Amino acid sequence: MYSFEYEKAGSVDAASQAIKSDDEAKLLAGGMTYIPTLKQRLASPTKVIDLAGLGDLSGISVSGGTVTIGAMTRHAAVANSAEVQSAIPALAKLAGGIGDPQVRNRGTIGGSISNNDPAADYPAALVGLGATVKTNEREIAADDFFTGQFETALNEGEIVTSVSFPVPEKAGYMKFPNPASRYAIVGVFAAKTGDGTRVAVTGAGEAGVFRVAEMESALGSNWSADAVAGVSVGQGDLNSDIHASAEYRAHLVTVMAKRAVAEAG
Amino acid sequence: MAVTVNLTVNGAQHTVECEERTLLVQLLREHLGLTGTHVGCDTSQCGACVVHVDGESLKSCTMLAAQAEGANITTIEGLANGDELHPMQQAFHENHGLQCGFCTPGMIMSSVDLLKNNPTPSEQEIRHWLEGNICRCTGYHNIVKSIQACADKMKAA
Repeated sequence: MYSFEYEKAGSVDAASQAIKSDDEAKLLAGGMTYIPTLKQRLASPTKVIDLAGLGDLSGISVSGGTVTIGAMTRHAAVANSAEVQSAIPALAKLAGGIGDPQVRNRGTIGGSISNNDPAADYPAALVGLGATVKTNEREIAADDFFTGQFETALNEGEIVTSVSFPVPEKAGYMKFPNPASRYAIVGVFAAKTGDGTRVAVTGAGEAGVFRVAEMESALGSNWSADAVAGVSVGQGDLNSDIHASAEYRAHLVTVMAKRAVAEAG
Repeated sequence: MAVTVNLTVNGAQHTVECEERTLLVQLLREHLGLTGTHVGCDTSQCGACVVHVDGESLKSCTMLAAQAEGANITTIEGLANGDELHPMQQAFHENHGLQCGFCTPGMIMSSVDLLKNNPTPSEQEIRHWLEGNICRCTGYHNIVKSIQACADKMKAA
């Protein structure tokens, strides 16, 4: 690691000001991606601003058909939350499948979505459920939040404070994990919501999470695994790497979609 | 540049001055001499460096020492009660839950956290929990057996 200054943020506003006034300063949430990045000398911040002390950024509340999760809420807290398990079991299951127990004890939802790793699990849940990202400045629809690989709609100095998920009628998430990292080689989140049917795919797309309109319309008229069995996505915009070719990923999207729908019931 | 970290390790209060970029595992091993916590992969995969911070298991190679300000930490050295091994250590001993022993501190710290969360895990739950702990010798069989034996013993106690 290159050397840097470390400070604990006193408030969201102070943290926002700190990164606005110093281009090279970076925020630290759970650190499950950023600390390894520092260790590999892939980043060289002047200052690391730790959000961990901001208690009002963590916590889970369920009310009026909405599950709201604070940005600094750990994956383990989401996975083990009786409220999440009962309101959106697929979301609890997704959180419980991220990394390993020690990663889940540290990693946060806000950190995960702000990083927007194209193989991360949470982007699929946010887009698959039509969630809303709340920041210190505004509210952003999940469909508009993820703008490309490791890119989001966040402005300079803008910090995610919470994510609100509308409770769906039914939802399922299924991923084909990389056996070493447990990141998704392909993960599909399928949901039947008050606003229609949504299918979101992570791990496969070069630009990160994406929706599959053809699967959504097929499920809209017939919610069953059979309805998506005949729908395949094009290979053109899919990742191809040592773990899986674009052709294989395209195949997995259909398989995981079928399983996600079956799991949703 | 330096940062002062106040923390409790295995019941003892410490004040350590270190660089901001110091990892928790470096503070434990290099500043406090607690070399029971191992560094295997140094990339958050292998779990040899697992310790408990405020009662939760985590990888000390993926946490800054500065983040542990005010924390209560338990390492493998803090599990035993004097000469009396912790039941998990005893179970690994009796069931030969190791070969070379390099991963063992992390395995034990992780397993203790498992039983805290789930006192009666199934074999599948144990294997799933050990996702973040890699052993290249044993094939895991005796590790899983050790954890089951410990769970049975603690249930009976």
